[in-house]
Amino acid sequence: MGEEKKDSGPLSITYMADMPYDYHAGFYYSRFLKELRDNKRIYGVKCPRCEKVYVPPRIVCRDCFVTMEEFVEVGNEGTLLAFTVTNFPYTDTTRGEPKKIPYTAAYIKLDGSDSNIVHCLDETDEKKIKAGMRVRAVFSDTRTGDYFHDIDHFEIIRNA
Amino acid sequence: MKNRVGIVGVGQTHHKSKNTDCKGQELISIAVKRALESADLTMVDIDAIVIGNMDHFESINYVDMWSVDGSGGYMKPIMKVTTGGTTGSAVGHAGFYHVASGLFDTVLAIGWEQNSESDTTAAISTCFDPITEREFCGGAIGPLAAQYTAYMSKYGATEEDAALVSVRDHNNAALYNPYAHLRQTITVEEVMKSPYISYPMKLLDICPRSDGACAVIFAGEDKAKKTVERPAWILGVGDCHILVHLADGIGLANLPSLERAAREAYEMAGITDPFRQFDVAELYVPASTAGVTWMEALGLCEEGEGPRLIRSGVTNMGGELPINPSGGVLATNPIGATGLLRIGEAALQVMGKAEEKQVEGARVAVATGFGGCFWSDITVLSSSTQLG
Repeated sequence: MGEEKKDSGPLSITYMADMPYDYHAGFYYSRFLKELRDNKRIYGVKCPRCEKVYVPPRIVCRDCFVTMEEFVEVGNEGTLLAFTVTNFPYTDTTRGEPKKIPYTAAYIKLDGSDSNIVHCLDETDEKKIKAGMRVRAVFSDTRTGDYFHDIDHFEIIRNA
Repeated sequence: MKNRVGIVGVGQTHHKSKNTDCKGQELISIAVKRALESADLTMVDIDAIVIGNMDHFESINYVDMWSVDGSGGYMKPIMKVTTGGTTGSAVGHAGFYHVASGLFDTVLAIGWEQNSESDTTAAISTCFDPITEREFCGGAIGPLAAQYTAYMSKYGATEEDAALVSVRDHNNAALYNPYAHLRQTITVEEVMKSPYISYPMKLLDICPRSDGACAVIFAGEDKAKKTVERPAWILGVGDCHILVHLADGIGLANLPSLERAAREAYEMAGITDPFRQFDVAELYVPASTAGVTWMEALGLCEEGEGPRLIRSGVTNMGGELPINPSGGVLATNPIGATGLLRIGEAALQVMGKAEEKQVEGARVAVATGFGGCFWSDITVLSSSTQLG
């Protein structure tokens, strides 16, 4: 009787598959990542028509749809446009492990860029952060060609 | 458009956090049967099917094939549409395009999701560029939360403004929508006291993820008139995919994709004064903060005036323009179905079939969809074939 009751509900079957991917960085990201790794420089690419600079660099201008070929260096400082202190659990899809929380996602416009990037801030107290603050990239000492490692984080420039 | 198109049937499941009673096809079949019954049609009447979900939530790629047991698509043309958060609204628009083209007379559009089968935020995070964005985007919650920091800085909106939206939508679901996933009334104080999950977003500011399905039947003019007394006519649609890199969309306090999509849909429909012309709105508000910030893109208020509109109460039930009588996304979010639910709920309003959530005398409605890199869909519906 007890057995029957235990088995009366629907079943769920658990799958735990590893699905590794090798993402091809391609022409634009490869150059971008190598400049970060080898020279601690952040590069964008400039539209020959409207002259907007995109970071990270990419093949076409989203407005003009022309191929961009001119790589230009942008600043390693910029303006914090928006942020959030993320503090809920989920799986880090890059590593297949629980994501380390809390972290502060930072949406930044680097000086000389017309597009924005996302990275993290080394400050997780929301009271100490405000959109509009100036921030600076802090590079790792050991760089490997991984964007989120080679730029370790962004720091807030106080008294700027 | 070549052919005028009306919605004749709407069906949905009773949405839940975790529906272990059904596998995906069974969930889909419930919504499909309810849609057919609501229009007094059978699968024989259906010429083609459009179906959508987000592959990564269930890790099933060929949904068009895999779902046939539930969709009824055996020996019929099926198109799969997957566009992230806008999947449901894009499925609805694809259903509309099929009929408007004149190639199909009656088309069944289906959106569905069994979100409880996987880690929703991890699955969503895979939509971001793996090399330069995925690490810190935090699924759908992170970017929406970040956007509100930009809006608050620019226009002086507050966390309490967002809480008002949360209360409105949760309470509408609790009071009026038996199909909603979350059906508890809440207060502004409770929202403000709920923990930050991604500052400035608190637990009660963000949508749940649900298991559920929705089906909507689109028909050409003659078929629609023969099928139901009062179809929901599609007067205008707009779709705008805007930015390729997510970071470009955050930091913008506003939602230009919705502004563009709305302009196109309004021009097609003849909407010139949206706040006065719409009787009801079913907006894709995935976080209470978006309920404050995106109304201006729809032309419902001037730039930066979202907080004022919310505080005034005009978007509550009984107000001049009730928003989300169903409770919307904050109460129910089976992601691939969510955008289609907005269209379906708006259709029920102008068909006069919204039951407890009916806005009295609703004749013109608007529905939106939102997803991915801050892109937008919009649908304008009416009980009349043109605005009077």
